[in-house]
Amino acid sequence: MLNLHKDHRNLVLIAFGVFVALSIGVAIVPAYQMQEYEPIPGQQDLSVSERKGLSIYIAEGCVGCHTQQVRNIEMDAVWGERPSLASDYYYSKQRMDIWRQSPSILGSERTGPDLTDIGNRQPSDQWHMLHLYNPRLVVEASIMPSYTWLFRKTDTTALKANDITLPRDITGMEGSDVLVATENAMNLVAYLKSLQQFSFENASPTDFIPALPKKDRNNGTTTTSTNSIGASLYQNNCAACHQTTGRGVKGAFPPLAGSLIVNDKNPEMLIKIILMGYDARQEYGMMPALGDNLTDEEIKAIIDHERSSWGNSASKVPIESITRLRDSISNVQ
Amino acid sequence: MHINLLLIVQTSKVTSENWLSSPGVVGTIVLIFIVLFLGIFIFVKRLNRYVDLLEDNTKNLAEDEFERRLVNLDKEEVDHILEIRQRGFKELNREEEMKNTSSKHGGFIKKIIDPKNPLFDEKTRSTAQIKISEELKEIIIWYLGAAVFWLVFGTLVGQYLGMKFVWPEMDSSSWLSFGRLRPVHTNTVFWGWASLAMVGLGHYVISRTSNREIYSYNKSKIAFWLMNASVFIGNLFLMGGINNGGGEYREYIWPVMALFAIGIIITFFNFYKTVATRKISEIYISNWFILASLVWTIVLTVIGYFPDYQDGLGETVIQGYYMHQGVGMWFMTFTLGLVYYFLPSALNKPIYSYSLGVLAFWTQMLFYTLIGTHHFVFSPLPWWLQTVAIVFSAGMFIPVFAGTTNFLMTMRGSWNHISKSYVLPFFLVGVVFYFVGSVQGSFQAFRFTNYLWHFTDFNVAHSHMTMYGIITFLMWACIYALLPKITGNEPPQNLVGGHFWLAFIGLIAYMVSLMVGGTLKGLSWIEGNPFIESVILMENYWVWRAVGGSLMFISHIIFAYNFYLMVRKKKNVTLSRKQTLQSQLN
Repeated sequence: MLNLHKDHRNLVLIAFGVFVALSIGVAIVPAYQMQEYEPIPGQQDLSVSERKGLSIYIAEGCVGCHTQQVRNIEMDAVWGERPSLASDYYYSKQRMDIWRQSPSILGSERTGPDLTDIGNRQPSDQWHMLHLYNPRLVVEASIMPSYTWLFRKTDTTALKANDITLPRDITGMEGSDVLVATENAMNLVAYLKSLQQFSFENASPTDFIPALPKKDRNNGTTTTSTNSIGASLYQNNCAACHQTTGRGVKGAFPPLAGSLIVNDKNPEMLIKIILMGYDARQEYGMMPALGDNLTDEEIKAIIDHERSSWGNSASKVPIESITRLRDSISNVQ
Repeated sequence: MHINLLLIVQTSKVTSENWLSSPGVVGTIVLIFIVLFLGIFIFVKRLNRYVDLLEDNTKNLAEDEFERRLVNLDKEEVDHILEIRQRGFKELNREEEMKNTSSKHGGFIKKIIDPKNPLFDEKTRSTAQIKISEELKEIIIWYLGAAVFWLVFGTLVGQYLGMKFVWPEMDSSSWLSFGRLRPVHTNTVFWGWASLAMVGLGHYVISRTSNREIYSYNKSKIAFWLMNASVFIGNLFLMGGINNGGGEYREYIWPVMALFAIGIIITFFNFYKTVATRKISEIYISNWFILASLVWTIVLTVIGYFPDYQDGLGETVIQGYYMHQGVGMWFMTFTLGLVYYFLPSALNKPIYSYSLGVLAFWTQMLFYTLIGTHHFVFSPLPWWLQTVAIVFSAGMFIPVFAGTTNFLMTMRGSWNHISKSYVLPFFLVGVVFYFVGSVQGSFQAFRFTNYLWHFTDFNVAHSHMTMYGIITFLMWACIYALLPKITGNEPPQNLVGGHFWLAFIGLIAYMVSLMVGGTLKGLSWIEGNPFIESVILMENYWVWRAVGGSLMFISHIIFAYNFYLMVRKKKNVTLSRKQTLQSQLN
């Protein structure tokens, strides 16, 4: 008769056996199943440089504060246009090398923003570099560490052709010193820019679970809430570079407060820049095209916000002019 | 089908409007109040004793004065008093002289207590020493000493990290950056502090309840060096940017973790052999927990690091399983085993119910193992796995209720010991946190609470509530209960009190600030506010967290000093004149 109070051997064996059986059921079998998922057709593998960047992403412990999972609940809709799928991780979650396992990029803490779609939200090299060097140069309230060791100081005369430099005045350089991105920084930024949620042409295969009762979601069209919608859209799409204060970052991103383009009576140029992006001025970073990310209503809300804030006082923009410009642009293309 | 129904019911209710009345939130608030109530309870008990003491003190001062006069009397005076007293006894009718002799000359000297401590209450001293072999004593002190070192180091790092939330520009050295240091903090307190303390105390319990020496002290030493080497090398690697993959508690790369795993395997073998050759027929319940936790952790480490099924989201499944079991099967199970021995022994009575202990053991294994995926609710992992995790998280109530009931019933009837002992408050806090922390964890797994709290600082509060409130407090309780008995040195009681209150108040400040801040953060996300606003609103809560963390850290320095006082080699003590006198008077 089995008496576990006296039989140490069987006590340990049973504890071992049951635990192993449960573990197989709850961990190993599901893990094998999850591994069988295939990539989404058309999804890109990581390039060599992006993979090196992922490796730095892990070494620096970015996963401690940044998640890469868009959950299927409505509050996560700001991080991607659809909830994440198992297939999304097919290429990035491979064993890194013999010493290091598949990276835990899903994360468990969101002290900083989710990065699933950061490549779409923020495609500018210049922004990423400056942000890595000192996040507070571009996001005033940020508490992210400065990754100064990803940059090296050098003399302007010693620059090579494809070196990426940081603006000298705001990084406090003196004489002819200038900060240059190291290869690690370039790989990391390449990886961050590669983080773009794969977009399905048709309807998304999964949907978000709404948070608020339906009635609340339909009455957000009064004038007051349009203003706050504009402010919030601006915050999510523009403030990273142009700043909440509209002042921009000297030497990197132009100010919108008092800007001639923003305050112009004819908003055509402003609308075009938002729709198509802009890279005409040497002293500033590139502005990405936002036409695909924002609807005409959203663009109108942002423009109205920009034209009525920080001392700007230009007239509101009729939505037709945005629709018309968008049509003419797509006709040209 | 059934599961799908459950999902629909669950998900259609997700709304942030009445978040305050959701069962998980309400439950958590109730739990926090239990902890606050506990703090007040212990404090009032202490205050009561202190007020009594103040009254006693006035009396004692008078007695002191008397004692001093008595000592300073010269021979003639003594003779004189003696004469008066003799006359007093003989009831001589000399009215005048009797007036001069106040009543105290006619009474007897009662026992005189000398309060050494003007501010705090005196606790009962540790009971008589227990003789154990020098080898066992040495190995226990080795393990505990290393554990204390890792505790101070690990929480120093933690404290530094907490300050970085407030001053992100504190340094710009890659080796000290937040991302690299965070796993140093968690791994050090896991594998350094708690693990080594547990294994050290485990040596005593195994040897004691088997009524024989540990099988091989050499093996214990090898395991000791392997585990310490693992933590040391692992931390250096992490600071240098060598990280296994960023999964929590799996940050050490496999060759480093292998050192630790071999250490555990050796420890298991050593303990198993000891239990196998025990000199009593029954296996005490502590040994069930300790042996099982070693076996389970070996399995866990192998599964956690074996690469074959860890590509894609396979890794995520394993991560949920591993990080939860690391806490549940290793720390919680082992610690429960220690408490089943040290709590009854500190109270000098048997455990309330042996069978409840056995029930807790099997349900611990059954339920804890299945709930790892609750760290990934709403993630792309299969819904069935998430649902199993949530359902069994609720099932965790069974082992937790069983354990808590058992410990509290064991303490019942000995509540007065709490105000007299410096060990029991640690046990009480640990046990209450065992209940509060575990039940709160189960609440947090519910879908709505997860919706509100997941990814916020609330997680950090929860993990400190458990790893600190439960594991660390119980470790301290066991250490303070054991060391004075085997070394004969007691720490000064006001330092133990200082340690207790700083750690307890620090933890409350830490916990409450992050819970409130985390809730507001979750609500801000649900509202759809820009992300940066959730960073800005946390600012003050992060300051309070750093304050709480500082108190906790200071308490660890005090603890380290107490530890030193308990284990230092005794010098030949020469009793001072006053002490000699006092012992004579007694």
